[in-house]
Amino acid sequence: MSRQRDDYEKSWWKRFKGWVDGEWDPLASGMEIRVPGSKPEERVTAAPKYLTEAGTPEEGSPAKGAAVGSESPKDPHPSLYDGRGIRYFRRFYQIMSVLLCLSIIFVLLWTVSYLPVFGNAGNPDNNEVSARYIERGLQETGAVNIVTGMILDYRAFDTFGESCVLFIASCCVLVLLRIDVEVKDGQSESGLKKRLAEANDRIYEPKNDIILQKCAGVLVPLILVFGIYIVLNGHLSPGGGFSGGAVLGSGLILYLNAFGFGKTERFFTEKVYRRVTLSALTFYCLAKSYSFFTGANHLESGIPLGTPGAILSSGLILPLNICVGLVVACTMYAFYTLFRKGGM
Amino acid sequence: MSLVQNFPFFSIIIAMFSGILSSVLDGKKARNLSVAAILVTTGLSVAVLGFCLDTGESYTYMMGHFPAPWGNEIRAGVLEGLTAVLFGLVMFFSVIGGMSHTAADVKESKQNLFYIMIDLMLSSLLALIYTNDLFTAYVFVEINTIAGCGLIMIRQVGRSLSSAIRYMIMSQLGSGLFLIGLSLLYDVTGHLLMSPAGEAVRAIEAAGSYEVPMLVIMAVISVGLAIKSGLYPFHYWIPDTYGYATPTASAILSGLVSKGYIFLLIKIFYRVLGRENVIASQMVNVLFVFGLAGMMMGSVHAILEKDTRRMIAYSSVAQIGYIYMGIGLGTQAGMVAAVFHMFTHSATKALLFISAVGLYEVSGDKKDFRSLQGAGYRNPLAGIGFAVGSLSMVGFPMLAGFISKLLFATSALQSPHKMLPTVIALAVSTILNAVYFLRLMITLYSIPESGEKKHDAGSTNEPHPYSGAEKEEAAGQPGAPVKSCRRFKLAVASFILLNLVLGLYSQPIVAAIGNGLAMFD
Repeated sequence: MSRQRDDYEKSWWKRFKGWVDGEWDPLASGMEIRVPGSKPEERVTAAPKYLTEAGTPEEGSPAKGAAVGSESPKDPHPSLYDGRGIRYFRRFYQIMSVLLCLSIIFVLLWTVSYLPVFGNAGNPDNNEVSARYIERGLQETGAVNIVTGMILDYRAFDTFGESCVLFIASCCVLVLLRIDVEVKDGQSESGLKKRLAEANDRIYEPKNDIILQKCAGVLVPLILVFGIYIVLNGHLSPGGGFSGGAVLGSGLILYLNAFGFGKTERFFTEKVYRRVTLSALTFYCLAKSYSFFTGANHLESGIPLGTPGAILSSGLILPLNICVGLVVACTMYAFYTLFRKGGM
Repeated sequence: MSLVQNFPFFSIIIAMFSGILSSVLDGKKARNLSVAAILVTTGLSVAVLGFCLDTGESYTYMMGHFPAPWGNEIRAGVLEGLTAVLFGLVMFFSVIGGMSHTAADVKESKQNLFYIMIDLMLSSLLALIYTNDLFTAYVFVEINTIAGCGLIMIRQVGRSLSSAIRYMIMSQLGSGLFLIGLSLLYDVTGHLLMSPAGEAVRAIEAAGSYEVPMLVIMAVISVGLAIKSGLYPFHYWIPDTYGYATPTASAILSGLVSKGYIFLLIKIFYRVLGRENVIASQMVNVLFVFGLAGMMMGSVHAILEKDTRRMIAYSSVAQIGYIYMGIGLGTQAGMVAAVFHMFTHSATKALLFISAVGLYEVSGDKKDFRSLQGAGYRNPLAGIGFAVGSLSMVGFPMLAGFISKLLFATSALQSPHKMLPTVIALAVSTILNAVYFLRLMITLYSIPESGEKKHDAGSTNEPHPYSGAEKEEAAGQPGAPVKSCRRFKLAVASFILLNLVLGLYSQPIVAAIGNGLAMFD
């Protein structure tokens, strides 16, 4: 038998158990919950509820009706939830959800055992589809990298849909996080918020962190060149627009962190972002529409495939890769700046 | 190949391209572009429908230079054309009917983002209708989900953010199950396009191999899409989502988005999994039972609800239950009834959401349905629209709801084991529908006895935790007649007309649905 620790209340296990039992929420401590209808000054921060004794919530905890907006089960009438029935119900609920998850896992694993063995030559997915991709992919798409040939030529419509997924995801983040200055009067609340956010963000800028700047000075050019290489060689070697764009975006974010917004905005502002995204998606849309239209109507597209293996080859794949790369890089950078200060 | 056959592809691309362009336009231009895109795509869909009715057969359209099992493909037939036309119309009237509210609810600088969501929503719905490729379907399901989230949360008031999160979690659960189903299906068939995958499934069923995986695939795909369309036990995201979004978004989400998934499910049942296999696997019976439960419980929740828009939202749960009950009957007639009810519900529910807004704005924008007392006199057209919508949902003759109930009842007669539960459930559910819809209508057309006093008493007795924030931005004074704008009138009148057309001119539509379903095989 182990000795009970004196600081048992603060131990990891106790916290973990409390979290499992739903007694406190690690996310709640920093979250501001605004009760709609109340004045903005009356914002209350829902503090985590620690329990003095097992099962009895501390009276007069700061959550005076603050949690009405959240879906926490113990909001409006604390007394109601002290009952034994509710506790049993909650326990039952937890057990059932775990059992449900376990049973779904079991069913799926059980199904996997009936599926064809991985890597077997006689599997259903080794059919004429993949055979043609492998045997004639090079000749038909001009891309040495068959995967790129598949996603940007055989199944280009899906990939166009995927880049639109990225586009609409960044639009949703803009909806959520962009802080706009009201045009009519600069003194409005959101204008103030924007200026505060900018000030908060720039309070430590320029950071002039020597280590970071020196490292970034070495790394950023390498990262950017490597990203461009991945994008441009997408049809020749593993890589392509999605992976190369992610590398480019991370290079931009590193540059921003090392040298600050002042320097980044000399070449990358919201205007540039919008123009780049728009022109990349427009080019993708028009080029692929042309190719779909000619393909469906059995017309020659007239786009030369070039010599396989050369950098300028494989028809539309290279420009499409560049478009996808630009969209991905811009989306990553935009996400970062939006999360940081609510604007670009 | 004639030019008309290109139109499905054109309409998808036009909708996507207008969404992309809107990112650099300001709110007004984006709005006009979006309205124009909806009109143009609807026109193109009409041409496709006409072409398919003329030739009497469906066709596939190669997206690129590579034929079926290698490249992407879309497919158009009578049912696809009809659905696209109806969805386009409902979308158009929802957008113009809620336009002034969109302008008020959404920040000026974010208006263009709202219309980007609308455009991409339209393109994804069209792609879900026309697709002949399972993975394309999944990609556009994703676009649809994210656009739906954006439409909900763009009105950053009250519970819209938390309901958007709830919608996202439930919807992603559905997408995840759907994706697992697709991967399993690819593993046993080796195809992603619907027609070759369907052939492979038939071969598998004939050989009797992979029994367990096929069963799991059917279950996972059906449950995934059922979660996304809000079938009864998975309906918890519906009331908040529809109740707190801006009116256009509520109308589109309830009228179209859930229907897009149901359409996809029907298409997969027919073209990939095979209807006989689905019936043999008892999956339809599961859907049938959940559909029946949804019909009952949705109406019961709606009766208990005080907030008008949440009441309409719970009514959606019941109506989705009807559609799944029709699918669950497992007969051709049941499927026709389900598809017809899909059309009925999208036309009617959008009408209810849009006209409810007109009633709200003359009643001080309170949530409680009792505040709407006499609103039918203050905004006559919205009152008539709401009345028509309610009567159609209850199943009043001449309106669309009557025809779909009739179709359900007659199709139930053809399946002996399910006849009794279906007919009983229809009867009980109709009465439950009538209880809350007629209560609403009587409220609309009863003159408040002591005027303003009663409103205030009603609202202070039961303070809704979120009514405060809503009240602040309510500009209209209760009681004062507000002139609704011309666009709103046009939208409500057209929705009423659409309902009457579906109700009075149902024979050709039902025939076209049957024709289109026959083309699926």
